[in-house]
Amino acid sequence: MDFVFLYETFITLISAIPMTLQLAATSVALGTVLALGLALCRVSGIAPLNWLARAYIFIFRGTPLLVQIFLIYYGLSQFRGVRRSMFWFILRDPYWCAIIALMLCTAAYSAEIIRGGLLSVPHGQVEAGRACGMSRFLVFRRIVIPLAIRQSLPAYSNEIISMVKATSLASIITIMEITGVAAKLISETYRAIEVFIVAGAIYLAINFLLTRIVVLIEYRLSPHLRQAPALQPVAAGEMR
Amino acid sequence: MTQPSFLDLIGSGPDGWGPALAAGALMTILIALAGYAIGMVFGALGAWAKIAGGPISRSVAGTYTTVLRGIPDLLVIYLFYFGGSTAISAVGHLFGASGFISFPGFLAGALAVGVTSGAQQTEVFRGAYKAVHSGELEAAIACGMSPFLRFSRIIAPLTLRYALPGMGNVWQIVLKESALVSITGVVELLRQSQIGAGSTGRPFDFYFIAAMIYLAISTLSGALLQFGEKRFTRGVRRG
Repeated sequence: MDFVFLYETFITLISAIPMTLQLAATSVALGTVLALGLALCRVSGIAPLNWLARAYIFIFRGTPLLVQIFLIYYGLSQFRGVRRSMFWFILRDPYWCAIIALMLCTAAYSAEIIRGGLLSVPHGQVEAGRACGMSRFLVFRRIVIPLAIRQSLPAYSNEIISMVKATSLASIITIMEITGVAAKLISETYRAIEVFIVAGAIYLAINFLLTRIVVLIEYRLSPHLRQAPALQPVAAGEMR
Repeated sequence: MTQPSFLDLIGSGPDGWGPALAAGALMTILIALAGYAIGMVFGALGAWAKIAGGPISRSVAGTYTTVLRGIPDLLVIYLFYFGGSTAISAVGHLFGASGFISFPGFLAGALAVGVTSGAQQTEVFRGAYKAVHSGELEAAIACGMSPFLRFSRIIAPLTLRYALPGMGNVWQIVLKESALVSITGVVELLRQSQIGAGSTGRPFDFYFIAAMIYLAISTLSGALLQFGEKRFTRGVRRG
């Protein structure tokens, strides 16, 4: 095995890590906001909103992400109205098109995760909040959302990881993130296996770190599931 | 020159791309089926190694599922496509051929999709095996069944029944993953739409119809899977 080549590949690919992380972080952050809206539509009990959200989720989960990316990046430029609109400076940029597509796609998947979290909040807790005189919004902010977040975190970490993997598709519309740089290296050197090993290891490391971070957050958010720390023994004389 | 309408574009008339798109959709289904079949084999082997294997085969299977679920599918396709081409060219040079021989895109795509979905399938099968009640295995032993008979009559049918919902999920993932195979130049649905978009200058129409065809395939196969699930769980009592 050619370690010099592996090292050089590693150095080249490291420079592409920020782009991958940036794509993933931006699209997950924006996607979560959209997903929360969709999940609220789903549980709102208002039929048109519910159907709208269902149709959205059905379409975005039923089509390949690559088709969505192409539809936004290449497809929208077909319309003169879009090319002349004020949004054209965003829609002609492959970076923003990738983020929009990733965001729309992850929102559809996370909406169902968040909905599961919202539905898992026991009704008694909501009633207790109302009985304490909290307004509906306060109950939602203080009781429902924190409980739902804790409940849906494990599934959410899967979604974040699949988003990190999905950012690789941005390379097809010319964005030089890890996979894009790797593909360029492969076509320059024809050493697919070495480049693959290095790029794969970088993705694995990113995903491993993310999993650890989410586990840590989950641990911090669920102190009630752990045994309470033992109290300091108090000498009898100090008792008041 | 007048622009053909959307319906002309997707129809089978002189301007129509309908037959080409249908052929592309068929190719998509073929790639997905081939990849899924390969994934089933890898999944069965992986689950077997994880359940009954020794420490070495267990760790090999563990590494396989961790790695293949942690890296992008696109990277795996690149590996098989370019790596396969390099390997084939090297073999070609041994036999006196010169230049670059490209690896067939269909094979590379199906292998890549198969290997990635195999990692997911491993976990599906393993979870389903765990759901098989140990009393049923004991009963089979008590009846004097040989290990092979036990596998073919008790373990395999029950595991498959419990695995059905998970296998349906993997199928949907494989179907969408097959779109990535378009980068190897195989003329499946997405590649055909790219060709159409390029030669007519109507990208939105083509990618839109491609999305609708993908949606139709996944909905139809989803309904089929649900029907199968119902049929194979007839004997299960529901609470």
